[in-house]
Amino acid sequence: MSTEVTEKETEAQTETEAESGESAHQSRRMEQKRQQASQRDLEEEARTEIDEAEQTIEVKVFRFDPEVAGKEEPRFDTFHVPFFKGMTVLDALIYARDHYDSSLTFRHSCRQAICGSDALFVNGRQRLGCKTQIADLEDHLNSTIRIEPLPHQEVVKDLVVDMEHFYDQMEAVEPFFDADELPDGDLEEQRQDRENREKIKMSTRCIWCGACMSSCNIAAGDNEYLGPAAINKAYRFAMDEREGEDRKQQRLNIIEQEHGVWRCQTQFSCTEVCPKDIPLTEHIQELKRESVKNNLKFW
Amino acid sequence: MYEHDVLVIGGGGAGLRAAIAAHEEGADVAIVTKLHPVRSHTGAAEGGINAALRDGDSWEDHAYDTMKGSDFLGDAPAIETFAKNAPEEVIQLEHWGMPFSREDDGRVSQRPFGGLSFPRTTYAGAETGHHLLHTMYEQVVKRGITVYDEWYVSRLAVTDHDDPEDRECHGVVAYDIKTGEIAGFQASGGVILATGGLGQAFDHTTNAVANTGDGPAMAYRAGVPVEDMEMIQFHPTTLPSTGVLISEGVRGEGGILYNDQGERLMFEYGYANNEGELASRDVVARAELTEVNEGRGIEDEYVHLDMRHLGEERILDRLENILHLAEDFEGVDGLEEPMPVKPGQHYAMGGLEVDEHGETCIDGLYAAGECACVSMHGANRLGGNALPELLVFGARAGWHAADRDLGEAQIGTGPSAKSEDEDVDTPVSPGAIDAGDEDVAADGALVEPTEVLDHHVTAEEQRVESLLEKDEGVNHAEVRADVQETMTQNVNVFREESNLKEALEDLRVARERYQDVYVRDPSRTFNTDLIHTIETRNIIDVAEAITLGALAREEFRGAHWRAEHQERKDDEWIKHTMLAWNDGNPDLYYKPVILEGEDKTYEPKERSY
Ligand SMILES: Cc1cc2nc3c(=O)[nH]c(=O)nc-3n(C[C@H](O)[C@H](O)[C@H](O)COP(=O)(O)OP(=O)(O)OC[C@H]3O[C@@H](n4cnc5c(N)ncnc54)[C@H](O)[C@@H]3O)c2cc1C
Ligand code: SF4
Ligand code: FES
Repeated sequence: MSTEVTEKETEAQTETEAESGESAHQSRRMEQKRQQASQRDLEEEARTEIDEAEQTIEVKVFRFDPEVAGKEEPRFDTFHVPFFKGMTVLDALIYARDHYDSSLTFRHSCRQAICGSDALFVNGRQRLGCKTQIADLEDHLNSTIRIEPLPHQEVVKDLVVDMEHFYDQMEAVEPFFDADELPDGDLEEQRQDRENREKIKMSTRCIWCGACMSSCNIAAGDNEYLGPAAINKAYRFAMDEREGEDRKQQRLNIIEQEHGVWRCQTQFSCTEVCPKDIPLTEHIQELKRESVKNNLKFW
Repeated sequence: MYEHDVLVIGGGGAGLRAAIAAHEEGADVAIVTKLHPVRSHTGAAEGGINAALRDGDSWEDHAYDTMKGSDFLGDAPAIETFAKNAPEEVIQLEHWGMPFSREDDGRVSQRPFGGLSFPRTTYAGAETGHHLLHTMYEQVVKRGITVYDEWYVSRLAVTDHDDPEDRECHGVVAYDIKTGEIAGFQASGGVILATGGLGQAFDHTTNAVANTGDGPAMAYRAGVPVEDMEMIQFHPTTLPSTGVLISEGVRGEGGILYNDQGERLMFEYGYANNEGELASRDVVARAELTEVNEGRGIEDEYVHLDMRHLGEERILDRLENILHLAEDFEGVDGLEEPMPVKPGQHYAMGGLEVDEHGETCIDGLYAAGECACVSMHGANRLGGNALPELLVFGARAGWHAADRDLGEAQIGTGPSAKSEDEDVDTPVSPGAIDAGDEDVAADGALVEPTEVLDHHVTAEEQRVESLLEKDEGVNHAEVRADVQETMTQNVNVFREESNLKEALEDLRVARERYQDVYVRDPSRTFNTDLIHTIETRNIIDVAEAITLGALAREEFRGAHWRAEHQERKDDEWIKHTMLAWNDGNPDLYYKPVILEGEDKTYEPKERSY
């Protein structure tokens, strides 16, 4: 069985000469340190761990660090990870990081599909690492599993992308509840029909993972497009009967703008990738209808 | 240097509530958090939020249930404040638009939960925490509160007076995870720690990877005593492979526990003849492990939780998320099969000692949420009581830090609240091995706020520099794994003296190895290697505090079971175990439990469910 665990796919390592002075020196030293250490750990650990495992899988992971010599050119590293039943893509990444290369960088926290931090591009599709069973990936034992950062977002390092733009779009739809009036008394509830709660229920499940935005062709081409998650957030409030007509009107104004709902070309890619099964495209369509009805009123 | 009136560390439920409260009070408040707020672990809470909202229920009953649930180790002023304020806080969430589950008349639904004498748990499907977290974050956005997200707070800027009770907190040192920039954050009003749980001290936990006890560890080293740390709640229903939680809501709705003989174990073996599956968590967790230890477990590891009889409609209406969790993380279809479950670390009842205004003994330093111990959960937290706690005490900490007068606190804090000292027989001397990176070096010279901040920023820069500079050594992941393993082996649901001592020895070894730790990733950009390394130090400190407390408390109370001491010893042990860092030489002492409420005294009674 092979004990070679990482392989560099590009020739980027040698292209550090362009740098000069202190920092280049320092980063070369740091890079050496990185490589020596990785060599050592890899050899030792790969031998013991992998020999014991019955099966291994091969994961190919995107690497990039703007600061570290040899990593500022994007490349892929390949890791061989022992496979166990129930293993997720996130488990494989954690294993690779903790046993082979502690500089491997990705976001994760809850490991139960609720914090939304580990949306990744796995075998060509946006998925949550923690929710994706390796066994569910086609031919996982014989082919390489490819793990990349979410497309169409700027890469900060390795699998970490910049989420600022996504957050900005979410916040652009005024994502907060604004009831016309509250019931009298601190302990009085604003009654909501069960049906109305059912209607908005799916839209409230969004975990801000960004998978939908990353899968959307329109968002990729139009940076100002609000995108599926933000429009879904607008839907959540526009359809909540506890907000008044005026507020709904304002909400429709926001989503009707040039870069709002009308940009959507019903390609369903967002709906397909959403890990929370939110019917995004449907919600966008419904808001289009609302917005038409809304405009008719004035004619 | 960044400056605000109030700084809230952590953007989970407690942090968001505190920030909103401080803002309400007119303070310029900022949240500094290592995860974006919506990524906080509050989002994982499933079951619900307790509050006495309906006719037939009362805050007094909620308070009594909580005191009884705590096995009479809770402080009455905290519990009463909590039970009185919970309804208002829950309805406030409702006014903020939280999508609660509803009854036919449009009001918020409530369901039964373990240890409650009334079905007072409000909920939003089986994803209550997600909705609570997002609803509150929306309010933070609405108010334009500043959030520094993906900033890691690694140190508190505290004056270095000899006596912790003379110390003052002027802010924190944090670094920007994206760029590696280390900066001081000054707070003129107060710093509120809301850093959440410490489940990562164990290897089978429902907690997120980010729950590493940073707040308790930092403040403990800065001089705030930690209280009742041995009181760890093990949740009876977690999925065996991952620790993912199956909500108590399943049992609340009527889910049944079976052993491998197909027997309804809670009744069959008399663990809880009245309440059965709805007995309090400690009781159910022990019942399950007893079944496993006596050979009636399934695959020698777990038991079954069955909800099939509830019917698809009810399950989809109230527990849909459970179906997804069982399917995604265990490959089991809850509509067709019973779900495998076993106990897992879930919640820290102990934490930083605070009074009912959320303040610690260090002036200007507050704590709220799971990292704090206002002492309302005592030896056992009731399900559904943590979320209202973080609302009630998060809000109070926020108001107080922003200067609202909340009256005189009844709960005393700091070493001067001690009633007696204790000497436990420890196999190794706990505490620091290398005092090199002390968070406070007490000589009383540092007093001026900016000076204090500068000092701590420099110290932190040096620490990070040396971690990055070092060329070889130990990988933090190895040390962390050792700690998690020994804690799970030795400081779990069942505790024996010899195991606790073994754990302390292992933790000493971990400390020694940690001195040699190094960060392999040389980058300043998003260096998770560095973060995990710093977190690991915190995990060691909280693990040691848990184990020391467990060794000291020679009785059986709530979640704390001791092989050698199989009874609750009210005469001796109605007192809190306190641990003060004392510059690396931890002092163990006690302080009395306050059983006197406003109108009545809570009399300890045998708990039977
Ligand atoms: C799976 C699960 C289910 C639960 N279900 C229920 C339930 O149904 N009902 C109930 O009442 N309770 C429940 N609980 C308990 C309850 O959810 C938690 O106790 C509570 O949410 C903790 O909230 P918090 O705000 O204290 O911490 P968290 O939500 O964990 O937030 C901590 C915050 O601190 C930040 N932070 C941590 N360290 C640092 C640092 N060094 N620098 C900067 N920021 C930092 C994090 O980024 C995060 O934003 C559950 C717990 C779990 C684990
Ligand atoms: S809508 Fe779905 S895919 Fe998009 S951010 Fe929300 S959870 Fe992720
Ligand atoms: S780790 Fe939280 S969503 Fe995957």
